[in-house]
Amino acid sequence: MSKTYAKAAAPVFENVNFNIQKGEFVCIIGHSGCGKTTILNVLAGLDIASTGHVIMDGREVAGPSLQRGVVFQGHALMPWLSVERNIAFAIESRWPDWSRKKVRDHGQQMIDLVGLTGVEQRKPAELSGGMKQRVGIARAFAIQPKMLLLDEPFGALDALTRGTIQDELVNIVRRTQQTVFMITHDVDEAILLADRILLMSNGPRAVIAEMVINTLPADRTRHNMHHDPQFYRIRNHLVDFLVQRSRRYTTGELARPQQPLELRPGLNPDSETNVIH
Amino acid sequence: MLAALLSVVLLAILISIWHLATLPKETAAGPDDEYAKLMGKRTRKTDGFPTPLQIAEGAYRQLADPFYDRGPNDKGIAIQLGHSLARVGLGFLCAVLFAVPLGFLIGMSPLMYRALDPFIQVLKPISPLAWMPLALYTIKDSAISGVFVIFICSVWPMLINTAYGVAGVRREWLNVARTLEVKPLRKALRVILPAAAPTILTGMRISMGIAWLVIVAAEMLVGGTGIGYFVWNEWNNLNLTHVIFAIMVIGVVGMFLDFLIGRVQRLVTYVE
Repeated sequence: MSKTYAKAAAPVFENVNFNIQKGEFVCIIGHSGCGKTTILNVLAGLDIASTGHVIMDGREVAGPSLQRGVVFQGHALMPWLSVERNIAFAIESRWPDWSRKKVRDHGQQMIDLVGLTGVEQRKPAELSGGMKQRVGIARAFAIQPKMLLLDEPFGALDALTRGTIQDELVNIVRRTQQTVFMITHDVDEAILLADRILLMSNGPRAVIAEMVINTLPADRTRHNMHHDPQFYRIRNHLVDFLVQRSRRYTTGELARPQQPLELRPGLNPDSETNVIH
Repeated sequence: MLAALLSVVLLAILISIWHLATLPKETAAGPDDEYAKLMGKRTRKTDGFPTPLQIAEGAYRQLADPFYDRGPNDKGIAIQLGHSLARVGLGFLCAVLFAVPLGFLIGMSPLMYRALDPFIQVLKPISPLAWMPLALYTIKDSAISGVFVIFICSVWPMLINTAYGVAGVRREWLNVARTLEVKPLRKALRVILPAAAPTILTGMRISMGIAWLVIVAAEMLVGGTGIGYFVWNEWNNLNLTHVIFAIMVIGVVGMFLDFLIGRVQRLVTYVE
């Protein structure tokens, strides 16, 4: 997959090629401008790649679909609808023949799931940033998509709120075995949530340079994962990529790989030096 | 509260000035003094401009019996207002039915926007009264011509604001609708319409303001019935008391119409 905006210009990204397994949580990390959001939009069907295709369940993605729920960066709630109506709008779109009661019950279940019980009748303007993002997540979950796409959902939140919502997301995703693709800037967030972390080099002509397999135990939590010796190996690897290698892939100091290098820095005690130079 | 008090004080001052300015003046004894006395006329003269008290008296008489109908040139104020409001209402309604769907089309399609823009730009600045001869000639009915004039003056602000509001609907809301596979009609009614409603209502408010300005002039022109005709008729009768009373009524009704649309606008306004 690649994306070119102006005709003569260099592609923003190219050779982007990856798979996501059912039930897998994949995070993508990279600096601003490398085309992460564009990749997510192409997966969602909201944007079209200049070359290449997206295949889901053996069928090409030709446009947006209820199969893929999107949580937008700016939550994108309809400000004239209450929390309950925002979620109901999605449910009614997914199951147009449902009765009012069924829609309401299912909506209430989603509201309870993200811990918003009691504020159903409020308008988005009367909610805090964290609550708005929760509504966005509940709305995406409500349609029971095969895949969830999250575009930096916690970017605008303070650290405390972010932590709580991350925990909630972990709970929901582990319980529902939801397939997730998520953009983030936060290295710790990626380690907590993701089974696999895709690292993008800087644009233009960005590529997915490395693919880090998260080898931490699956039942890790925000509170215990940093006690695992693997945590810092993985974290250092990711941070090193962001501060150094992401640029060096673009300047040509490091060769652009055709396929992302599959790495398990958590298992390698010398993780700082395990990248092929 | 303080503002209301100040308003009352200002009103009192204004009426006092008016009262003093229209007080009958004692004229110095002149050559006609003797003659006037002979004719049984008083020597106190007024310049004919009604005093506030006369206005109040006239207003009371008009409002006490607003529905009388004594032939084409003598109808109660409520009947005249009713005719004007019916014309404005009908013309405005036609304008809504025409401008909102067309505005949707223009707002959703940049091509249509560019194609229709020159027409709108040329037609918008034409005084609605300039259409009157054409309307009278083609429609051949003065009452409907009045409605047409209201239609043509209401249509532009609504059309432009609807197009503007629809074109300005946040991309992310449309993207939400797309990812939810919302059908076009449902998207128009459930996403675009509520998103653009405050802007559309602003257009309607402007339109209503203009329509109420124009109806008076239009009715002066075509005559027959309506508050505008009432003003002109009373001018011909040289009954300034009624003219001033009508002016006040026009103001109050205009304020009420604006208040009404303002209320609806509040209902559809949302905080982002």
